[in-house]
Amino acid sequence: MPTTTFVINGRKVEVDAEVDTPLLWIIREQLKLTGTKFGCGIAQCGACTVHVEGNAVRSCQVSLEDVAEKNVTTIEGLSANADHPLQIAWIAEQVPQCGYCQSGQIMQAAALLKANPRPTRQQIIDGMDGNICRCGTYPRIVRAIERAMKGV
Amino acid sequence: MSTTHIAPTRRAFTFGISAATGGIILGLRPIPSFADQSADLKHEAQGSESEITAWVVIEPDDTTIIRVARSEMGQGNFTTLPMLVAEELECDWRFVHPEYIDPGEHIARGHAWGDMVTAASISIRGSQSYLRKAGAQARHMLIEEAAERWRVPPGECSARDSVVTHNATGRTIRYGRIAEAAARRSIPANVPLKRAEDWRLIGRPVPRVDVNDKVLGRPIYASDVRLPDMLYATVSACPALGGRLKSFDASKVMNMPGVRYVVPVEDTAVAVVADSWWQAKKACDALPVTWDPAAGKGLSTETLRETFSHGLEASDVAIGRRIGDVDKALSGGVTIVRADYEVPYLAHTTMEPMTCTAHVTEGHADVWAPTQNGEGTLRNVAAALRIDPSNVIVHKHHLGGGFGRRGLAQDWARIAVLIAKQVDRPVKMIWTREEDVQHDYYRPMVLARQVAGFNAAGNLVGWRARVCGSSILVGLSPDRLKNGQDIEMMNAFLDEDMAYEVPNFEVGYVMRNTPVPVGFWRGVNHSQNGYFRESFVDELAHSRGQDPYLFRRRLLSKGPRSLAVLDEAARRANWGQAPKGIFQGIALVECYNSVTAQVVDISVSDTGELAVHRVVCVIDAGYIVNPNIVEAQMEGAVVYGLGAVLYGQITLREGQVQQSNFHDYRALRMNEMPKVETYFLSSGNRYTQEWGGVGEPGTPPLAPAIANAVFAATGKRIRSLPLANHQIRARPQ
Repeated sequence: MPTTTFVINGRKVEVDAEVDTPLLWIIREQLKLTGTKFGCGIAQCGACTVHVEGNAVRSCQVSLEDVAEKNVTTIEGLSANADHPLQIAWIAEQVPQCGYCQSGQIMQAAALLKANPRPTRQQIIDGMDGNICRCGTYPRIVRAIERAMKGV
Repeated sequence: MSTTHIAPTRRAFTFGISAATGGIILGLRPIPSFADQSADLKHEAQGSESEITAWVVIEPDDTTIIRVARSEMGQGNFTTLPMLVAEELECDWRFVHPEYIDPGEHIARGHAWGDMVTAASISIRGSQSYLRKAGAQARHMLIEEAAERWRVPPGECSARDSVVTHNATGRTIRYGRIAEAAARRSIPANVPLKRAEDWRLIGRPVPRVDVNDKVLGRPIYASDVRLPDMLYATVSACPALGGRLKSFDASKVMNMPGVRYVVPVEDTAVAVVADSWWQAKKACDALPVTWDPAAGKGLSTETLRETFSHGLEASDVAIGRRIGDVDKALSGGVTIVRADYEVPYLAHTTMEPMTCTAHVTEGHADVWAPTQNGEGTLRNVAAALRIDPSNVIVHKHHLGGGFGRRGLAQDWARIAVLIAKQVDRPVKMIWTREEDVQHDYYRPMVLARQVAGFNAAGNLVGWRARVCGSSILVGLSPDRLKNGQDIEMMNAFLDEDMAYEVPNFEVGYVMRNTPVPVGFWRGVNHSQNGYFRESFVDELAHSRGQDPYLFRRRLLSKGPRSLAVLDEAARRANWGQAPKGIFQGIALVECYNSVTAQVVDISVSDTGELAVHRVVCVIDAGYIVNPNIVEAQMEGAVVYGLGAVLYGQITLREGQVQQSNFHDYRALRMNEMPKVETYFLSSGNRYTQEWGGVGEPGTPPLAPAIANAVFAATGKRIRSLPLANHQIRARPQ
């Protein structure tokens, strides 16, 4: 089996797996980082969102070979001390319910704020409406992003 | 991995899925990650700790473990249920550490923890009494222990923030120092509970204990479990509901990378087990399988509609409620209003697809389960494997969504152990989303026919409602049938959940069971019946040229609790004063001991684009344990309900579900989210001491409120759902 090398959360890893394996399953099974979730497998729900080279991607649609020699960040690597402004804001707004979609929501929001530190509400909605939450945390997600953006 | 049932050492059944009550807001001690679960499985009693009562364990450092029997699926049980205990225990909330009980332990100790069922919005209302009592008993024992040490009467002592104080001298002692001795005292039978006015935790927006884990991506779900030598499985069940597995050719996929086993699951499904889930999935897709559609042959939405439609005329009717004589009331000289309604099957689509991890060895099973019913999982697993329930260990995990899918319907646990039984290693089974959508226990497709009449004076004199569809209870809870009849299919029209006063009234249900599995969906039968009832009430109002809010008011002269909620919703929404272009709809549903009314503000463009601007939600649930969590439940109920109203439908052709994933079974997205305003009333306490549920009551009024608003906006009466079938779709923000 071929070996693929890439960087995950700042750590260089070598993975032995078929190169067409979706990154999602490499992350969850080989790399044992289960914060990234499987929700649909067809890029409809966003539960598997991670960053590749700083961009939010659906890891169910990115193959292992696509990330060779690249930088991948998952929810576990978003902050060193559980203190990313979005994570703090998420707690302050008491966003999660079941929580299963929340890693993907936060990773999507982090990429959004990185690209646009002062999004309007419409820009937040446009940036986040690819991520499904069945529990209905949408209003709180918007509030949390606005809170993080204002640094409060 | 431990395969013997651990004796009732209290620490043993935590196995790591502790609530990470911690960190950023509460400033609690950090909870270690449970990445290495194999070690956690062997976790035995640590240090000295004391079980004061079955619910409360206090460690020497004052850490207060409060056991939780029900499940955390997003509705906040890990926070609210311990709040009820802590209120009476008078412990420092910052020391509280919720922990799941072990279902096997629960059975072994004679159901020491009440009821594990997490359904029917029951968790708080069904256990508040014994949870508060458990806290009070433990507090009493701690005070007695302290008083004895000080040689003073217990009545001279008080407890607060995990400290007992002798009031006269100011002497104090921490709970942790006396817990072990207090635990040896006898548990008092009767301890008075605090008055509601004296509550310090209940009613406050205490931060949830589970959010830290959830924003950090910690492994708290069953699908995150990792066991030594674990394999991965995915499943393919007969595409036709009610169909059978005839044969499969494993040789075609056994050479594919990682594939270890291809196994039948009884005669209904086939599973591929591999080194990784993706390998299992690819092989499952490639596996040649021959199915026999059996009972699913020829089954379609059209044939089902025909069956249920005939049912509306049939004579085998179960009557759920009868007042006066409807036939007589509707004959001669009355103005009749009739309408037929229909709702489709609905899937649950929890964000976490069906999953369960199992390790089955000779006569023994361990399962790691996202279950709404821990004891139910245990018993289903035991039955599936034909082993004694005492040889099953169920490890409970937080659920990635429940909504009724993971309660009485335990097919996922059953399938997981039937696979694992054929494999000599632990197996993590995860369904594809397609499998999840196509093999659900759907909210039933139901047809309704209603007729009502007004006399010459304009008074509503009679109303008959008939519903026809498949019984949920026949398949999932036959013990709740009454003389073979499923009375619950008439919820929202029954005595206890319809406050309208109608002199002659009758509701009947014609049961027509089919191969399509039906189950509990958020709001259960209140959801479709609430839509039928509240839309029809709207029709009745308009038929008389009356305002639908005022029309309802007149029917509520003997329903003060519902009237108060309805009035509050109208007041908060400025009923009747919507700005130009905005149209309102109102609905009221009583369920789970709560009363909920909603007013929605919508606009509809000429091309059928619907925007829902605001939902005003008023709930009377009696006592509110955690207002922030109740607000979240109302927001969630609106999202769940609105997605279904706009798009939700499961249709069938040749027995096969036509939808498969979020692209064709859509969920509400952020750009379709209305503003939700939630207001509480506690008028209920004036009429009843019962506590109401909050998980489901927010969903049933949403569909009729929207449909009624669409009528106000367009003059088009929506008598079937979803709106997508009426060329009405959401206008993205």
